[in-house]
Parts: sequence; C-alpha cells; structure tokens
Amino acid sequence: MSELKLMKGNEALAEALIRVGADAYFGYPITPQSEVIEYLMTERPELRTGMVVLQAESEIAAINMVYGAASTGKKVLTSSSSPGISLKLEGISYLAGAELPAVIVNVVRGGPGLGTIQPSQADYFQSVKGGGHGDYKLYVLAPASVQEMADFVEDAFDIAFKYRAPVLILSDGVIGQMMEKVYLKEQVPRLTNEELIEKYGSWAVTGKTKGRERNIITSLDLQSEKMEARVRHLMKKYEQMEQEDMRYEKIQCDDAEYLIVAYGSSARISQKTVELARKKGIKVGLLRPITLFPYPKKPLMDLTPQLKGILSVELNAGQMIEDVQLSVEFKVPVAHFGRTGGVIHTPEEILEALQQKINNTWN
Amino acid sequence: MELIDIIRPENQVFCKTKLMTDIPLSYCPGCGHGTAHNIVMEVIDEMGIVEDTIGVAPVGCSVLAYDFMNIDITQAAHGRAPAVATAISRIWPEKYVFTYQGDGDLAAIGTGETIHACNRGENIVIVFVNNGIYGMTGGQMAPTTLPNMPSSTSPYGRDTTTMGFPLKMTELVANLPGVYFVSRQSVHTHKHARKAKKAIEKAFENTRLKKGLSFVEIVSNCNSGWKMTPIESNIWMEENMFPYFPLGDIKVDGILK
Ligand SMILES: Cc1ncc(C[n+]2csc(CCOP(=O)(O)OP(=O)(O)O)c2C)c(N)n1
Ligand code: SF4
Repeated sequence: MSELKLMKGNEALAEALIRVGADAYFGYPITPQSEVIEYLMTERPELRTGMVVLQAESEIAAINMVYGAASTGKKVLTSSSSPGISLKLEGISYLAGAELPAVIVNVVRGGPGLGTIQPSQADYFQSVKGGGHGDYKLYVLAPASVQEMADFVEDAFDIAFKYRAPVLILSDGVIGQMMEKVYLKEQVPRLTNEELIEKYGSWAVTGKTKGRERNIITSLDLQSEKMEARVRHLMKKYEQMEQEDMRYEKIQCDDAEYLIVAYGSSARISQKTVELARKKGIKVGLLRPITLFPYPKKPLMDLTPQLKGILSVELNAGQMIEDVQLSVEFKVPVAHFGRTGGVIHTPEEILEALQQKINNTWN
Repeated sequence: MELIDIIRPENQVFCKTKLMTDIPLSYCPGCGHGTAHNIVMEVIDEMGIVEDTIGVAPVGCSVLAYDFMNIDITQAAHGRAPAVATAISRIWPEKYVFTYQGDGDLAAIGTGETIHACNRGENIVIVFVNNGIYGMTGGQMAPTTLPNMPSSTSPYGRDTTTMGFPLKMTELVANLPGVYFVSRQSVHTHKHARKAKKAIEKAFENTRLKKGLSFVEIVSNCNSGWKMTPIESNIWMEENMFPYFPLGDIKVDGILK
C-alpha cells in the first residue's frame, strides 16, 4: 500500500529499497548515513520480502558482497559516506569493468581525511571523474529532497539494469538527515529465482544449467586489444546514457540574465536565493543537474546567449565549476561560491556573492 | 580382441575430468594448481551439483580458473572472494558456493574477509592453495613463505625478526566456532590427491547439509617461483613445507582434532 510519511532522507531511502523489491543490502556504519542499515535491521525486511541485510566487516567487504550478489543478477545496494566510499572504489571499478548492475549511495560528509561528520559536496570529483582506477564512469543521481532519496532508488536500479552498470546516488548529510514528508510507493514483489534466470540468465552466474554455456563474470582481459574493445564497449554505454538518460531541472530560467548552477542540498538552498534575488529585481534562474554524469551540458550551453554570468554553488572548494565552464565553453564568465568543511551556506550568503559578482565583474 | 574393442568407453579407466574445459592450462608444467582444479571439478561432477554450483575465482595464478572450470564463475578482486561468496550464498541459500584462493589472496590482502566469513560461519567451501609464495606476480614473499626461504622480495631469505613468521591461517580459522570442517592436504602424488579429493567431497557435502564453513588447504608447489624443477620442488615441499604445515584433518564435524 502506498503511504505518506514524515521521514529522514536516509530512512526514506531504506524503506524505498525494501519497497522496490531489492534482494540485498550490505553496509558498514558511518555517520551521517548509519540510519540506512539501522532502519533496515529494525524493519526486518527478511520477514517482509525475504530481502537479505548484512552488516559487513568493512566497506571493502560490503562492496565485494555487492559484487557477488550482482554477479548473480540480484538487485543489491550499499550505502556509505565519504571515507567509506574511498574504500569501496576498487570494488566500484570492478563492478564497472565486469558490467554489473548495482547501486551505491554516498551520503557525503566533509573531507579530506577523517574530515567532519557535517554535510558536504566535496566528493563531486570522486563521483564523476572516476574515483576508482581505469576508464569508467558512474551514472550519478543527485537527490535534493527526502522524496528524491526514496524515488531515486527505483530510478537507479532501472538505469543499473538497463546498462548493466553501477549507479551512484550522490546525497549529502543535509538530505540524508533532514525530515520531510515523503510519498512511498506500494511494495513491488521481488523477482523469483525463475523470473530472474528468465531475465538475466544470459549473463548472470546462477549455476550452469543444461543447454547453456557457462556464465563468467570478470573484468580481466590479458590481451590489450581485447581490453581496448571492452573499454570502447563501456564508452558506448556512457554515450547512450548521455543521449537517453541525462536529467536536470530549470527554475525561472526563461528571462534569466544570471544563472545559479547547483545540485542536491545546494540547489535547495539556492532556490531560496533565486526567490530573494527576484524580489530585488535581479533576473536570476537556477539550473539543477539531477544527473551529474551525464552532465546537462547542452541545456547549459543553450542558455548562454541570454546570460551575463553563472555562479556555481557547491558545498566544497570548487569542483563542479569545472564542468560548468566546460559546458558553456567559457563563453560566459563562471564563478564559484560555496562553504566547505561541513559549513552550510545560507541563501543570503549566496545572494551576497551573486550581487558582488554582478556589481564588480559581470557588468 | 581388436583395438577397436579395447578403446570402448566402458573399458576406459582414466579420462579427462568432465567439468574441465578443453582450454590448455596456463599453469607452469609441474604446478599443483591443475590437479587441484581437477579434484574440485571431479567432486562437483560426481555429486551431480554443477547446475547448483557457483564458483568464485581469486586474483593470483588461478585468476583464470574460469577458463578451465566448466561451471558458472565470478572472479573477485584480490582477497575478496570470501565476501563475494558470502553474498551469493546468503541470497541463494540452496546453492553450492566455493572460493578457490592462493595464499597471498587469502592470507595477506584478504585476511579480513577470510576471518569474518569464517567467523560468521557462512555456508560455503573455501579451497586454499598454499604454495608459500606469490606465483602470479613473479615470486614475491607471501605470508606463508617459510623462515629463511628466499623470494624476490626476501632475496636473502625470510628474516623472521623483520618479516614475521609464516601465517598458519588454517589453524587460525579452525578455532572459530562458525567453521565446521578444516583439513590440510596436498596433491603432488596420486595418494595425496585422493585424500585431498575426499576432504573436498566432505566440504561440499557439508554445504549440502548446511553445516557452515568448510576450509580445505592444499599445500602445493610453485616450481617457477621457487626456482626449482617440478620434481625438486615436490621434494622440497615434503621436506620443508609439510613440517611447518602438517597434513591431515584439523577440525571435523565442528570438533578440533
Ligand atoms: C589490489 C591488488 N594488489 C596487488 C595485486 C597484484 N597481485 C596479483 S596476484 C598477487 C599475489 C598472488 O599470490 P597468491 O595469492 O599466493 O596466488 P598464486 O599466484 O601463488 O597462486 C598479487 C600481489 C592485485 N592484482 N591487486
Ligand atoms: S607461477 Fe607458480 S603457482 Fe603460478 S602457475 Fe607457475 S608454478 Fe604454478
């Protein structure tokens, strides 16, 4: 049955995971996302749907459990926060190389190092520029509300299985910890083993049944030409993602002379800035990338003729700004504004930064 | 009797293991990995469980096990096979899940995954091929390298004062309550190979009975890494490896011997 509830982002994600008919969750506690595994352990999804939940001995073990489950065609997710994601990166690279569908959630905190447990967006580079080793990309979804924490679980699995590729939900401590009302969809039954074999039997390792060749999951090709072909095949997928599955949202962009580009919690905060600026007669719009890869390059480029300046607002020292600059091919001046280290910017601070740019450099 | 009568299938006393593919083994001539593969595949074939078996290959010389074993296999990151197998066995409890790992994979980089999978008593089989060295990467020191044994990263021999002692991972995991069966075998003679096969049979049987984790170590040679001929390496193994890693059952039906 569908329901309207007041929940934390992390809990909404965990509840949505049960409801989309996921088969397994593997994780290791870390603030600010421990509610995911705590919620799952309390809810006992093994009784509700038969879903497996296991607290692993480390993030490394957890991501390799994900690799194992995904090798067999099962729907599996792991969540962590920044230092834990760093540990998972080898495994994520293996998932991409072996073409396995899986969902990874990063509820980002401030870094580098042990950093802080406060919210941050400082893992942008790590998420969209590789992170792990080798030629691969992650499809990256950036939720900006508790509702999207829930909804993106389903979207992430759809993409993961469409492309047989790992998908990252890049959240942060604000979205993970805040409470909002959330509409939860009704329970989807888990695939039976027979249904799974019917759907994914051509590649998943489920036991070599009569009448088919053995299935092998690996990311290894010792011959360089074959490895190159494997990489080219991955690149084709990423091109297809760019054409078919790039997502963004535009707010008050029609008449905008200035643009804020922001994702996740920064987009939520910047929405208020747009409101405040408009009251002062400043024509500013907001473009919110929903997917950070594929990045909304074309929508940004299309706006350039009307723009005098762009402010990239991020909870970090300036990371996404590079993608904004590349998207508009430096045709419009782009500046960065953002607090970092766990400090959260206010709508007023952003407005002040915007006004300074307008008065001092963009006119 | 004509030759054609003699070579009938019913007269055959020895044949290629059915579950091994026709791909030529990539192992050095004389290496124990090939025999270890054969034994595991024979057990799976004879138990008639191929349709319900999922293998996990390591990183090491046997990374290519999936080329030779004609079963469904997933190849794990270096050392992580027990975590990979844990997930598969948890979500497919009716399946036979096994890992096949070298000593670098299982007892160095994968120590954590090994101990915790054992401690949780996962219903899986771990086949641990201990050749006292890193074969794949060219003969570097392993956690199981013997005292004073030379390797490319202990060229003057393993100095235990700075490099530690050979790790007896098998004895270590035998002490964990989740582990049901632990045996140490070798495959360098027919007699030894038969015993090793019995141990592996018992291990898979334990999976069928949902008894928890079964751990079979195979002390083996790496003639290339040890820089010996195959025969020399087997003699050296008997004289040096077996005293440190004595063969036999260590834990049976959950009880330490
Ligand atoms: C993360 C990581 N570190 C190091 C390596 C390099 N490496 C590959 S195999 C191996 C050791 C293999 O030795 P062992 O497990 O004893 O297997 P053997 O080849 O002797 O059968 C190492 C260090 C790797 N592939 N991945
Ligand atoms: S290097 Fe050693 S372990 Fe590897 S195949 Fe050769 S003999 Fe066997």
